[in-house]
Amino acid sequence: MSGCHDCALAQPAAPQAVTVALVGPPNSGKSSLFNRLTGLRQRVANYPGVTVEQRRGRLRLGARGDVELLDLPGTYALQPRSEDERITDDVLRGRMPGVPRPDALLLVLDSTNLARHLVLAAPVLALGLPTLVVLNLSDDLERRGGSLDPAALARQLGAPVVPASATTGRGIETIREFLAGRFAVPARVPLPVIQNIPACRMWAGHLASQATYRAPAPPRWTRRLDGVFLHPVAGPLLLLAVVLAVFQAMFSAAAPLSDGLEAVVGALGRWAGAVLPPGIGRDIVVQGALAGVGSVIVFLPQIAVLFLFIGILEDSGYLARAALIADRTMARIGLQGKSFIPLLSAYACAVPAILATRTIESKRDRLATILVAPFMTCAARLPVYALIIAAFLPNTPILGPIFGVRAAALLALYVLGFLAAVGTARLLRSTILKGDRTPFLLELPPYRWPTLRSLGLRVVDRSRVFLTRAGTVILGVTVGLWLLCHLPLSDGRAPDLSHSVAGTLGRTIEPAIRPLGFDWKIGVGLVTSLAAREVIVGTLGTIHGIEGDAGSAGLQRALRHDLTPGAALALLVFFAFAMQCLSTIAVVRRETGGWRYPLLQFGYMLTLAYGAALIAKTVVG
Amino acid sequence: MIHTLEDLPYGSAAVLDELALPPDDAARWMELGFLPGARVVAVRGAPGGDPRVFRVDGADIGLRRETARLLRVRPGP
Repeated sequence: MSGCHDCALAQPAAPQAVTVALVGPPNSGKSSLFNRLTGLRQRVANYPGVTVEQRRGRLRLGARGDVELLDLPGTYALQPRSEDERITDDVLRGRMPGVPRPDALLLVLDSTNLARHLVLAAPVLALGLPTLVVLNLSDDLERRGGSLDPAALARQLGAPVVPASATTGRGIETIREFLAGRFAVPARVPLPVIQNIPACRMWAGHLASQATYRAPAPPRWTRRLDGVFLHPVAGPLLLLAVVLAVFQAMFSAAAPLSDGLEAVVGALGRWAGAVLPPGIGRDIVVQGALAGVGSVIVFLPQIAVLFLFIGILEDSGYLARAALIADRTMARIGLQGKSFIPLLSAYACAVPAILATRTIESKRDRLATILVAPFMTCAARLPVYALIIAAFLPNTPILGPIFGVRAAALLALYVLGFLAAVGTARLLRSTILKGDRTPFLLELPPYRWPTLRSLGLRVVDRSRVFLTRAGTVILGVTVGLWLLCHLPLSDGRAPDLSHSVAGTLGRTIEPAIRPLGFDWKIGVGLVTSLAAREVIVGTLGTIHGIEGDAGSAGLQRALRHDLTPGAALALLVFFAFAMQCLSTIAVVRRETGGWRYPLLQFGYMLTLAYGAALIAKTVVG
Repeated sequence: MIHTLEDLPYGSAAVLDELALPPDDAARWMELGFLPGARVVAVRGAPGGDPRVFRVDGADIGLRRETARLLRVRPGP
């Protein structure tokens, strides 16, 4: 590489240097096409400082080298109004720092909505970049009796046009040839520069009729299905059934898989314990790293199942209907219909919930959903709740043998978390997320069969995101915390937990948590539970030298000795509100593009938790 | 008398007259096909009647009542 910029530009482009962007309106099937072209060779990052995700993928063209594909956020026009549209506009004009100006474009349009989608063709072709117009969903068009003449459209636009389908793979070969042929420069047909949308739409309608476009018949099945899924009575009941099915699958179908993975990690730990020479190195590997891996991996099946279901809901078109049904209720708490499924997912784990907010186009609503999601009672809180409730409350039946005092207390904690989410959403609406009021808008796409290929890709992709983003954090934290609990060494041996760094840390924060009725032992637990909330149970077990699980009678006795009833209530409330989860913080940072929101969220939730715990301790005693 | 998309009974159509929205919001609806002169059909409502679903330019789009109220219509085919 010479030091001269001009020389580098004058050389023929290196095979890897070519960037091609996919641009198109929302719901044009752009992302499916991107997935079809790149498969698993894709990466997701964020544009600097914003919540918009940047999807890049590599397309291999054999001897012709590679092409870097960039999936731009969907846009109807190149008049930047929303954050998404501004980013698409900036990238296309080469103004986005860190992203090279695309060398060519794939303009992806929905051929079943051609007249409306063609509006985007004028500003995109006016950029003067080599462009292939991809008429996606052409199989749908034909199935519903529509047609058009691609050659005539190509003549009108002065750009090559290809009918394609991300589902069947039609047209993919032509797209690859376009990319391998290193882009014909467009023939510069004079296109109107129209700022005014009605005129633009008329131009697009005229263009479509010149290309002998026959619009497809209305999607009859979609209308029939909407009659059922949006029925005033059957609609909400079916939504409830779908929700219950998702939860059932998440908690029961995924459980054997989790147990299996746990067993594998356990066996690996025993094997490593037997093979490695005894010493602190072995302990770090077995008790620190492998235990950390185990605590991450048990969540993976649940998360994979959750994303499989979200994928089915989204690809089939049902997600939009669920959002429509839920919108009225969600609007009352300052959110919108599309926040419903992510918030529901947060009852399993906030991490996939935050990843699932990507379906919300409105940035304000997406942020609000991300910020309230960790209040939902996630699975990692349950062992903590179970331990404290069992230690302090008798199991007196209230309604029949199943619903007793303990179940009522658990239910109350669920309600508490939900109310905190509602209150926070309202607070956000009237403070930091007040402006930027984008009106609610929901396109109801025709129902489609999800393809296995797309579902598989989604599950693998999201699981990978979970493992890399949450997993690495949890792993690092578990090893770090293990070290804190086992250092400093005295005579080459680990000290008692009370004399370790973690113990010292617990004693250091003791004055701060003393008003809540917590001693240093709980303090250590609060520190270690940052890895994942349920870790506090094991930590308390270690401190007391008792086998640490929620059902342990010894641990319950120890807690009754250390905590007053008021302090126990304070601890429950603290766990309901505090953001005791570094994985969530890490994911929020990635998804919001900076430290601002995760720190705000952590601080807010901690303040709320401390305040509420203090009230609980003061009132109950 | 029907004045806005909010009053349009399910199953009937009207012609869009005017979008009483700030220009940026109006542009967003126009891109979706809610153009003055366009034929809009009220298809159905979500359970509870809000949002309502409208068909325009071959697509079904859900709008909240608070928005539908701002889209003025006149009787049409």
